[in-house]
Amino acid sequence: MTELNKLTIAAARDALRKGEVTSVELTEACLSAIDAADALNAYVHKTPEIAMEQAKAADARRGEGAGVLNGIPLGIKDLFCTKGVASQAASGILEGFKPEYESTVTSKLFESGAVMLGKLNMDEFAMGSSNESSVYGPAVNPWKIDDRNLTPGGSSGGSAAAVAADLCLGATGTDTGGSIRQPAAFTGTVGIKPTYGRVSRWGIIAYASSLDQAGPMTKDVRDSAIMLGVMAGHDMKDSTSADIAVPDFEAALTGDIKGKTIGIPKEYRLEGLNDEISRLWDQGAEMLRDAGAKVVDISLPHTKYALPAYYVIAPAEASSNLARYDGVRFGHRAKLGSGDGITEMYEKTRAEGFGHEVQRRIMVGTYVLSAGFYDAYYNRARKVRTLIKRDFEEAFAAGVDAILAPATPSPAFGIGEVSDANPVEMYLNDVFTVTLNLAGLPGVAVPTGLASNGLPLGLQLIGRPWEEADLLNIAYSLERSAGFVAKPSKWW
Amino acid sequence: MSIDTETARRVAKLARIKVEEDALPALAQEFNAILGFIEQLEEVNVDGIEPMTSVTPQRLKRRVDVVTDGDQQGAVLKNAPDAREGFFAVPKVVE
Repeated sequence: MTELNKLTIAAARDALRKGEVTSVELTEACLSAIDAADALNAYVHKTPEIAMEQAKAADARRGEGAGVLNGIPLGIKDLFCTKGVASQAASGILEGFKPEYESTVTSKLFESGAVMLGKLNMDEFAMGSSNESSVYGPAVNPWKIDDRNLTPGGSSGGSAAAVAADLCLGATGTDTGGSIRQPAAFTGTVGIKPTYGRVSRWGIIAYASSLDQAGPMTKDVRDSAIMLGVMAGHDMKDSTSADIAVPDFEAALTGDIKGKTIGIPKEYRLEGLNDEISRLWDQGAEMLRDAGAKVVDISLPHTKYALPAYYVIAPAEASSNLARYDGVRFGHRAKLGSGDGITEMYEKTRAEGFGHEVQRRIMVGTYVLSAGFYDAYYNRARKVRTLIKRDFEEAFAAGVDAILAPATPSPAFGIGEVSDANPVEMYLNDVFTVTLNLAGLPGVAVPTGLASNGLPLGLQLIGRPWEEADLLNIAYSLERSAGFVAKPSKWW
Repeated sequence: MSIDTETARRVAKLARIKVEEDALPALAQEFNAILGFIEQLEEVNVDGIEPMTSVTPQRLKRRVDVVTDGDQQGAVLKNAPDAREGFFAVPKVVE
């Protein structure tokens, strides 16, 4: 068997079980692929020693009683705290930070036998849609159509690039406004943001706590089902984690969606929507109809207000969450001048440690929470959030099982092409994804076709709360009908 | 609502982020772009709507009020930029 790094999780698992391959072989294949792919800037902290040690241990425990992911090499987003391994959220302010503890998600993955190849690039504190706001520099999309380097999307850009370029079998991502689904769509990979509360947030560096949710990023839908099953579950250490049984997501993948009702939200048909994405969306609906689903038009009237509500709520929560980076307990502390007191220490440390976009969001959050503006901005945004959630509840109450929508407004764009001077332009990338975070719903991006310029395009399926199993099965059906098999050709 | 340089300075101060004087006008302009976008929310009728506090209708779990963790001084201080004699060290706070 050659090029073991190109296997899916399911294929590798089956080969491991049959004894056709060892975890050490899989891990070595991934490690050499990683070393040959520095041009993609996907891995920002490589952990080959840990990987080899875990792979040997996995090979030793093979057989009965081994975990679902025994021996499977994965990449971990830099947002997850991993014990003794740099966990920086791609920020200068966490330079040198090596957690003394392990996040719940990575603990669960390791208990299941997974191997960690290293930490993956991302937008600083998960704030961004292009991986450009990273202290390590941007990750690069393995898909290339001309001289330009394209973005793999963000914030989980390193994860998406690593999965698409076969630098791991799967990766962890996190999604606050679209940070799993948009990069998945930009790289022809699959990513699911679960229902809020499905996966523990403990040990994941916080951005906006009421919106953040971790999920898998993988080569296909089956792999997402396998990995989500390991990542999910109640955790006493996260008070918002749900005490709800985790079903066997993989067993739910029958491909049978007869009788399911799929909603097409008319408000997502934005004026000036990219023609190819519009057409792909119609084709996706047709595929689901051909598979036996009933496709109906629905209305989600408050869609337009999701992005503005997000850009109040997320910065507000970020301004509070990121107050902990003060130069006292961990990470960077600025060099102080003589006579500088504690206030100067805070102000200089935060100015040096945080990148521009993070500073901007902290300050916007500070502003919308400040006396006199709290009601006008923050409370109003929370009321609009109630209405956005109600839109979905009404659609589901009317019998809709899942909603089909585009994942992104365009295919991947070039690094540096979206201006920094007008932040709103970048924010528009999340127009189709952010609604779900506000409503707490699960959503999955599935690669469905290629644009005429040869770049992958994805569609998004949105599910009922806690119905990830059903959602993944519909995604599985869409994946089979679309038959997307294209891979980026290696240039790096 | 328009943010001027003075407001930008005040917000930076509240956020404890040092912003150089000559960077304030550009910052104010970026705030205005974002707030201009956010102001669309004023179009929405929110009369009688409760602000969302929890996206999933669940009660927070309770546990017995007992010590479950502790004695980790070394681990807690491990990443501190400046730790001395078992404490975080900071510049002088009170004269």
